[in-house]
Amino acid sequence: MGYTIAEKILLKHSGQKTIKPGEFIEASIDVALANDITAPLAISEFKKSGFKQVFNKNKIVLVPDHFAPAKDLKSANQCKILADFAKEQGIKNYFEIGQMGIEHALLPEKGIVLPGDLVIGADSHTCTYGALGAYATGMGSTDLARAYIDGKCWLKVPATLKFIYRGKLNKWVGGKDLILFTIGQIGVDGALYKVMEFCGPVIKKLGMDDRFSICNMAIEAGARAGLIAPDAITKKFVAGFKRKSKFYQSDPDAVYEKTYEWDISKLEPLVACPHLPSNVKPVSSLKDIKVDQVVIGSCTNGRISDLRIAASLLKGKKAAPGVKLIIFPATQKIYLQAVKEGLAEIFVKAGGVFSTPTCGPCLGGHMGILAEGEVAIATTNRNFLGRMGSPKSFVYLSNPAVAAASAITGSITHPDKIRKGRFSN
Amino acid sequence: MIIKGKVHKFTDDINTDDIIAAKYLVSTDAQELGKHCMETVSPNFSSAVSPGDIIIAGNNFGCGSSREHAPLAIKGCGISAVIAKSFAAIFFRNAINIGLPFLESADVDKINEGDLIEVDLSTGVIKNITQNQNYKTQAFPEFLQEIVGSGGLINWVKKTTKSR
Repeated sequence: MGYTIAEKILLKHSGQKTIKPGEFIEASIDVALANDITAPLAISEFKKSGFKQVFNKNKIVLVPDHFAPAKDLKSANQCKILADFAKEQGIKNYFEIGQMGIEHALLPEKGIVLPGDLVIGADSHTCTYGALGAYATGMGSTDLARAYIDGKCWLKVPATLKFIYRGKLNKWVGGKDLILFTIGQIGVDGALYKVMEFCGPVIKKLGMDDRFSICNMAIEAGARAGLIAPDAITKKFVAGFKRKSKFYQSDPDAVYEKTYEWDISKLEPLVACPHLPSNVKPVSSLKDIKVDQVVIGSCTNGRISDLRIAASLLKGKKAAPGVKLIIFPATQKIYLQAVKEGLAEIFVKAGGVFSTPTCGPCLGGHMGILAEGEVAIATTNRNFLGRMGSPKSFVYLSNPAVAAASAITGSITHPDKIRKGRFSN
Repeated sequence: MIIKGKVHKFTDDINTDDIIAAKYLVSTDAQELGKHCMETVSPNFSSAVSPGDIIIAGNNFGCGSSREHAPLAIKGCGISAVIAKSFAAIFFRNAINIGLPFLESADVDKINEGDLIEVDLSTGVIKNITQNQNYKTQAFPEFLQEIVGSGGLINWVKKTTKSR
């Protein structure tokens, strides 16, 4: 009987001869990631344990991206804990501000995570790296502390759900819309404790940025991991990196717990409405929803193709009066590329804030918190009550095109409504 | 392990932003975090908890972020256990790893806010003392009981590393 790609990766890292969903394994990890809000607890648990040296200083990654550049004294102290630990242990994959980016965009860019890897991260959106054909899963600080000790973690092998997407994507519809559609269909616990395997002709045509967007939000359906089998597009992305990738495919006779199959040809851009990522509606059904803030960025949609889409709509336009437009390129490399391509100029001339990479407002941290009664549309991944600030604020989630169009009109808008050069506000 | 306490009842999809808002993730102290537990959805929750009380909830408890601060905040405000219809996966791991007892039970709808209940974690029997009812649920997998019984993941690693 065959295995799914997820099962193959877990089998390889477990040292066992066979594997099946439901069983507990002890697996050896390739990458252990944490950030400025999760690493301090991991580091303090590690130090309390009495172990002195991390198991392998080359497999540990520390990225201060949530409340960094340090938003206040307590955050500065947390960031310093990471810097000090990296120095003490000789961890080279520590990225200070100015080199760091939003972790789930930074690691693939640097070739730190590769196809076939088993990656654990103290951040729920670690599942993003599944787009590379890695098994990447979020866990807590104590799990990371344990990994710092012996490079292992306990895992309960999940069953895999298959998601097949057929048809042709309409204009403005991309990876973000596909995952919002999926979560809208199955609910925020529709993939609880499962692996989501995304496939089909639509997926095969998507570039890496869209694939990262899809896998990034697997957690929002409750999944342990979200994977896309590596192909020519993946291989091209990882071609320049020194460490060797392992390209796994699901066997033709692999067993899936359930298969979903959809023709997405009729999909228009989608919006997740307050206060759940599953509260998904077509953008054209949302009338007269005024926005106070537009956020374009995050580990979901802060990559160069996201910024290009936003810039294509914002070029020559201005954010509507009263709209706060904030754009977060996810890494320094993306930031520079946006400057080179003239995108940064478009954003600033449109009256937008072009920020250094940071998670910022996505989790209600800093760089754009919402006041009571304010409404935001964001290319982020979560819109729980109070997520971006006041418990009396509202967050809508969308792709970059809808966010940019909404910034121009001041209310949630289908990008088709923005005609080149002729929309005036 | 037997736990007894008064019930605080919550609905489905209680997420980690509900349990502990991001603005508090600048502390790793359970007592400090406990003061702000459930603040968004139940503003006076932590002052209403007596040590030993129990949270009852619907499906997908603890969904959202991987923040271990969530089960820490629950422990820190004095809650002794969480019983829900189902748990989000990362919260599930975190609760085990820090030694916060919890159980999955399909019978939570029968339990009311304020009920006094007694829970046996090793057998999975819940006694509703207020309503004079018993419910049976599945006990924990042995492997996970071992971790919780050791007082959390790091203690378990130290214990088992010695014997390997």
